[in-house]
Amino acid sequence: MGVGTYLALASVLFGIGAAGFLTRRNMLIQLMSIELMLNSVNVVLLAFNRVNPANHDGQVFVFFVIAVAAAEAAVGLAILIAYYRIKKTIDTDDASLLKY
Amino acid sequence: MTSPGTILFVTTAIFAIVGGLITVWARRPLRAAIGLLVHIVSLAGMFLTLNAQLLAAIQLLVYAGAVVVLFVFVIMLIGPASQVGAIQGRLASRALSLAVTIAIVLAVSTSLANFDRPWGPVSDDFGTVEGLGMAIYSEALVPFEVISITLLVAIVGAVAIARSRTE
Repeated sequence: MGVGTYLALASVLFGIGAAGFLTRRNMLIQLMSIELMLNSVNVVLLAFNRVNPANHDGQVFVFFVIAVAAAEAAVGLAILIAYYRIKKTIDTDDASLLKY
Repeated sequence: MTSPGTILFVTTAIFAIVGGLITVWARRPLRAAIGLLVHIVSLAGMFLTLNAQLLAAIQLLVYAGAVVVLFVFVIMLIGPASQVGAIQGRLASRALSLAVTIAIVLAVSTSLANFDRPWGPVSDDFGTVEGLGMAIYSEALVPFEVISITLLVAIVGAVAIARSRTE
């Protein structure tokens, strides 16, 4: 298993997340798709760090990506709840308050 | 011959892809959350094949322990409204975005699949609590402090946003 296998797998996982984010209407599932994309980037960072193990730069990056992803999930779900209070739905096609 | 690392990689890769597809395809958000859980746990297994033991543990603690539970809490809070109807409208743009995504993924993954570099030997403390902790506290001390402030601001902001306006 070369490093290319990990990169190809990460691109497939990123594509799954991107397709889910672009095509789904459910805001919860779109937030989960963002998590899928962030996780696939972590795989790339760890694979390249394993190729050059003289330092821990990639793993430190992954550490911060996980922390930022946790903060992003908390704020995103808070926005979802505020949106649900206003519209009584979490369908993003109905999110047109700032559109006009 | 297939080494244990290869077997672990193939198993976790299959579970990661299946979990991701369940997350994206599921009609019910709770099933999507379970798909996300499968995806995250299998990626934690994959981190072990890349000598990232501490990050595999953090992945389980933070993602499987906190983020997925947060999603499940929100699904419970919202109730039946957490499920929206079938996809309708803007079919052309959705089909186009899907086709472009698949094309880009095919191009990138097929061109990257044969890229190969020797793995090389790793030191004993690579990816352990000792090694990664030393790297964080010596080279990335300022970002580490900044991320703690970021998390605090995120917590306060989440409470402020989600709070009911009618007291």
